[in-house]
Amino acid sequence: MEKDDKTAYLVLRGDRFEVPSGMTIRAALQRHAISPESVIATRQGQMLTNDERLAPGDEIKLVAVISGGAASRIFPS
Amino acid sequence: MKCRKCQRKAVINMRQHKLSLCAEHYTDWIPDQTQRFIEKYAMFGRQDRILVAVSGGKDSLALWDVLTKLGYEADGLYIGLGIDGGIGYSDQSKSFCEIFAAARGLNLQVYDVADRLGAPIPLAADSVHRGRGRPCSVCGMSRRHIMNAAAVDGGYDVLATGHNLDDEAATLFGNTLHWSLEHLARQGPVLEARTGLVRKVKPFCRFYERETAAYALLRSIDYVYDECPHSEGAKSIYYKQTLNKMEDERPGTKLHFYLSYLAAKGQGAFAETADPGAERLHPCPTCGQPTTAPGECAFCRTWDQVRERSALLL
Repeated sequence: MEKDDKTAYLVLRGDRFEVPSGMTIRAALQRHAISPESVIATRQGQMLTNDERLAPGDEIKLVAVISGGAASRIFPS
Repeated sequence: MKCRKCQRKAVINMRQHKLSLCAEHYTDWIPDQTQRFIEKYAMFGRQDRILVAVSGGKDSLALWDVLTKLGYEADGLYIGLGIDGGIGYSDQSKSFCEIFAAARGLNLQVYDVADRLGAPIPLAADSVHRGRGRPCSVCGMSRRHIMNAAAVDGGYDVLATGHNLDDEAATLFGNTLHWSLEHLARQGPVLEARTGLVRKVKPFCRFYERETAAYALLRSIDYVYDECPHSEGAKSIYYKQTLNKMEDERPGTKLHFYLSYLAAKGQGAFAETADPGAERLHPCPTCGQPTTAPGECAFCRTWDQVRERSALLL
């Protein structure tokens, strides 16, 4: 299904998560139970602070920093 | 968010320090802080020769980068463990270390476990049934032995590892949960030299894992992104996740946990529970490295068994 143009995306180790644009990266991470401490957000190779607001169509690549493979999602609700 | 120093756009915000920095100031801040920690914990001096244990991961390569940037004489030691995990893990790791060293004209020593000892780590662990199906026990014990031998034989003054604060806090958390007093008495930024044991230091022990990764990214250090295939599900990862959950809600929790522990230890909190066998080390009759009980050390015993069992299978 075609998504509306207000959606932004988080990409973590091949998994793609949809989030509404306008929210901060921190809020988007928390919405998907991804610990902000365990990732670094980047857009087109540039590092971003977690207070950055997502623009429509943004694709935010998350660099996992915690050791241990795909263990970056914590306590999924 | 803006850089506190120059008001340009920040690339990282360290909530525990209430400090946001741009790329340029951040890549200066990490070496400055590392130098501060080296001095604060009296890790080593300008005249010392340092052996950096490099795994191909972000922490150890970032540490090697910082130490050379600070002007220290630091060589690298890579231990090839022979771990594949379907991704050629050890081959990838070695390649990142070699590329890093070659690009900077640094000296990298490579110790290949299978070539030197007769079997890769996973096969060795299987053959001696040590570690409940995980090779981590044989791996850790072997790496410690090899690193120490390389440092002692090479005449290095210190062995530096890339342990970050998350590693240290997770270890501390585990030791506290189990009230492992002997380990609590020993943990710290510096493990002093003893007869046959080189001085060990952790210059990154006060940086969050996120900060060492950010430094590696900003310095364009290519590192092995996948962690060891055997580390998934490890207890240390669970402890890190648990601590990060607390850190998310209360910034500074991890740092405070570790620094409070160091302060308590400095005030003698674990002095009476220090390893009772600490002063009684015996040289292993086979390799000469110190061991706590008379006779062959665990490393020599284990690898003798590995070679015997491998020979039986041939």
